[in-house]
Amino acid sequence: MPSATLLGQAVVSGLLAGGLYGLLALGLSLSWGLLRLVNLAHFALALLGAYLTYQLGTALHLSPWVAAIVLVPAFFGLGIALHLLFARFRVTEFTSLLVTFGIAVILESVIQWFWTADYRRYETPYASASFKLGPVFVPLLELFACLTAATLALATWAWLRFTYVGKALRAAAEDPAIAGAFGVDHRRHALLLSGLSAAYAGAAGTFIALIATLAPSQIWAWLGVVFAVVIIGGLGNPVGALLAGFLIGMSESITMAVVAPAWAPLVSFSILIGLLIFRPERV
Amino acid sequence: MTERVRVVVTLIAVALALACLPLVGLPAFYESFLYLVFHWIALATSWSILSGYAGYFSFGHGAFFGAGVYTTTTLAAAYDVPFLVTLPVAALVAALLSAGIGAVVFRVKRLRGELFGLLTLAITFVLATIVLNTRLDGGPGVYLSNVPLPRLVGSPTGTFYLLALALATGTLITAYLVTRARLGLGLYAIHDDEDVAEVEGVPTFAYKLIAFAISAGVAGIAGGIYAMYVSYVTVGDTFSVTVPLYVVLMSVLGGARHWLGPAVGAALITASLYTFTSGQQAILGRAIVAFVLVLVILLLPAGVVATVLGWRRRRADVSAASATGGAEARGGSSGDWRTRGREAASQSEFGAADPPRASAPPVALQCEDVWRAFGGIQALRGVSLRVEPGEIVGLVGPNGSGKTTLINVISGHYTLDRGRITLGGDDLAARPAHEIAGLGISRTYQIPRPFAQLTALDNVAVAATFGAARCALGEARDEAWHWLEFTGLARRASALPHELNLHERKFLELARALAGRPRVILLDEVLSGLTPAEIASAITLVREIRARGVAILFVEHLMRAVLELSDRVVVLNEGEVIAEGAPREAMRAPRVIDVYLGKTQAHVVA
Repeated sequence: MPSATLLGQAVVSGLLAGGLYGLLALGLSLSWGLLRLVNLAHFALALLGAYLTYQLGTALHLSPWVAAIVLVPAFFGLGIALHLLFARFRVTEFTSLLVTFGIAVILESVIQWFWTADYRRYETPYASASFKLGPVFVPLLELFACLTAATLALATWAWLRFTYVGKALRAAAEDPAIAGAFGVDHRRHALLLSGLSAAYAGAAGTFIALIATLAPSQIWAWLGVVFAVVIIGGLGNPVGALLAGFLIGMSESITMAVVAPAWAPLVSFSILIGLLIFRPERV
Repeated sequence: MTERVRVVVTLIAVALALACLPLVGLPAFYESFLYLVFHWIALATSWSILSGYAGYFSFGHGAFFGAGVYTTTTLAAAYDVPFLVTLPVAALVAALLSAGIGAVVFRVKRLRGELFGLLTLAITFVLATIVLNTRLDGGPGVYLSNVPLPRLVGSPTGTFYLLALALATGTLITAYLVTRARLGLGLYAIHDDEDVAEVEGVPTFAYKLIAFAISAGVAGIAGGIYAMYVSYVTVGDTFSVTVPLYVVLMSVLGGARHWLGPAVGAALITASLYTFTSGQQAILGRAIVAFVLVLVILLLPAGVVATVLGWRRRRADVSAASATGGAEARGGSSGDWRTRGREAASQSEFGAADPPRASAPPVALQCEDVWRAFGGIQALRGVSLRVEPGEIVGLVGPNGSGKTTLINVISGHYTLDRGRITLGGDDLAARPAHEIAGLGISRTYQIPRPFAQLTALDNVAVAATFGAARCALGEARDEAWHWLEFTGLARRASALPHELNLHERKFLELARALAGRPRVILLDEVLSGLTPAEIASAITLVREIRARGVAILFVEHLMRAVLELSDRVVVLNEGEVIAEGAPREAMRAPRVIDVYLGKTQAHVVA
């Protein structure tokens, strides 16, 4: 059994890593739950955001925060463009999976074309900054990512819960025809939501650039875990996505500390499988 | 020669011709390329047997492929089992794995659609983690370079070519025969509406398990051969997303509902990936393939094969100036069920003669003290009723009184909490819905629920195949024709349900219920939404059915029809029988008037 310090460290690291899972899951959960589109390209967009942050930082010496200010609105536009395509061809829930898989592969190829398949590491002074909370190290960057995820999740939740557009979106997710009969302009709201979802991918990308080592194949590395987070959190539920991110992040890091790093995926996916089989109505 | 024999013989002949290629000295490069084509044909075709036909999209094909890879690897590398012996074991391991998963997952109704897909994907990752952390692999990967490869022909590449060719041919024949068998028809029905399929008599659980096991078994063999082909296996490569995603893409590209579709998709994608082999070119190639894929899915959602067949059939229809064709071509119909040049216009509307098949002896349906609750709502409280052969019992009552629930309980869609339902001597309570259908109970749905992608004829044929009639497939079509003629739908035989109007769809429900040769038929508001003329013809039809000795339980709001048709009436309110008897007397009972018109009116009418 590892020491209390090690366990405490595992909990904190897991929580912080979970924040990033939550941030990635947020956009995915929104488009799946409210637009009935399963967007595999979300991961590719996030990684594209990460590479662009890296490029702006290394070639133009732009601070990642400035890069984010440029990238997030640009990704918002990209999300709208993608949704216009989906709407034009009446993409259904299932075909969305296939179409966005194709888009993800195209983006992966684009990334590999410009940045090659080699690993890239974006060195910044933030990477090593941390403070000590008792015996436990808290890396600042991860903490900031986690706080951003929490802020965005709560803000999105409030937006869906209390504003007209939010309610209209939820109504249209239940039954687009009936919502339309009550005057809901689902098309415009859907464009807004997919823009937002892509913007979240861009924001996640900035943090991925700062925290992780980049390679084009990373697109697929996130896929399994983040889908688990989305489903456990409940489709279209931003706070659920965040909490599920924490749950999976912590279960992974505790498994790493207590058993062995290689067993970590077993825990998170077992949680998912258990949930699907025993509480399918929750999803 | 039947079509079935012709197709199988053609497939074998093509395979034998291809098998001669290594003997005439095909360059090794082409052997490797064709090996990969056959490898993907086997994987994609096997995937579609469950996922394409029954619509259970699995992203777990990599798990079964991987199970095969590591079965062969472990047996051959660690235990010196001869390579060819490991292949059937690999199939068995993969099939057992899928059956184990299916036995749990297929019991959960909610796990359909994309949730099933993601669950199977998660299982892949779990399996990968287990293999990675146990002696099966342990991390560094396993070499098979010391495992002796039996030489079927001169070169190793030729051997792999032949093995994959044999597997692909076997898989295609299996897939073809499945689509032409009861299993295939049942899977298509599951695809369109699983609950209805079960009520029509399709043993859905067993069929899904069988399809899953066949599908996984083939993937296991493909994995076993592949392990030997690459001769060095790692967890990362084996359980990557490549296999599940490629098989989905290939099948969807070619058309997952057609037996040949996935093979066409596999050949197209493998060939186009192979054209771009090195460096930057490979990246570009992958992007182009992905782009084509996006275009195909957006523009040809039914897949290449179904679309091409559709064009051909439409052209044939135009040249033959046929009145009924066209519809069949759409959306990859179930295939074989080709409309024969049978006279659609029968002598009189209901005048078709009985086909020779004999029905089971008539029996009575009896419900005794049936209870059923949903959460806190007690939908049925001790309902008892009896329907004799040749009797029409009208079941009436206000909305929410439990009429449809009773039908759902009798047909086995819901289980009952307490009580007994018997058909003759058979107790129905503990049986799954498909067995109840097999015993001779069929029903119609208030809002018609036809199988959306099967033609009207096939819709009826499903019931004839799986209901009490238990027709063989060939007979089932004759039986289906008979009932389409009986209900006046014969000229719409090749139409898809969405092309029918409400009246026709209601009658299709009736034809489907009758084709099972039921002893009891439960009619759930067959008249609602029909015009007066349509109602008149429906009433004639119900009388015709009764004349055959069928017991009819008839749920209806339309009082005129109830009074005209019923021998007896049972009135339900809040899950209880409040009156029973001859139609006019039962409807005049004070409690009935009370329920329908309110307390104050009761004494006025009385």
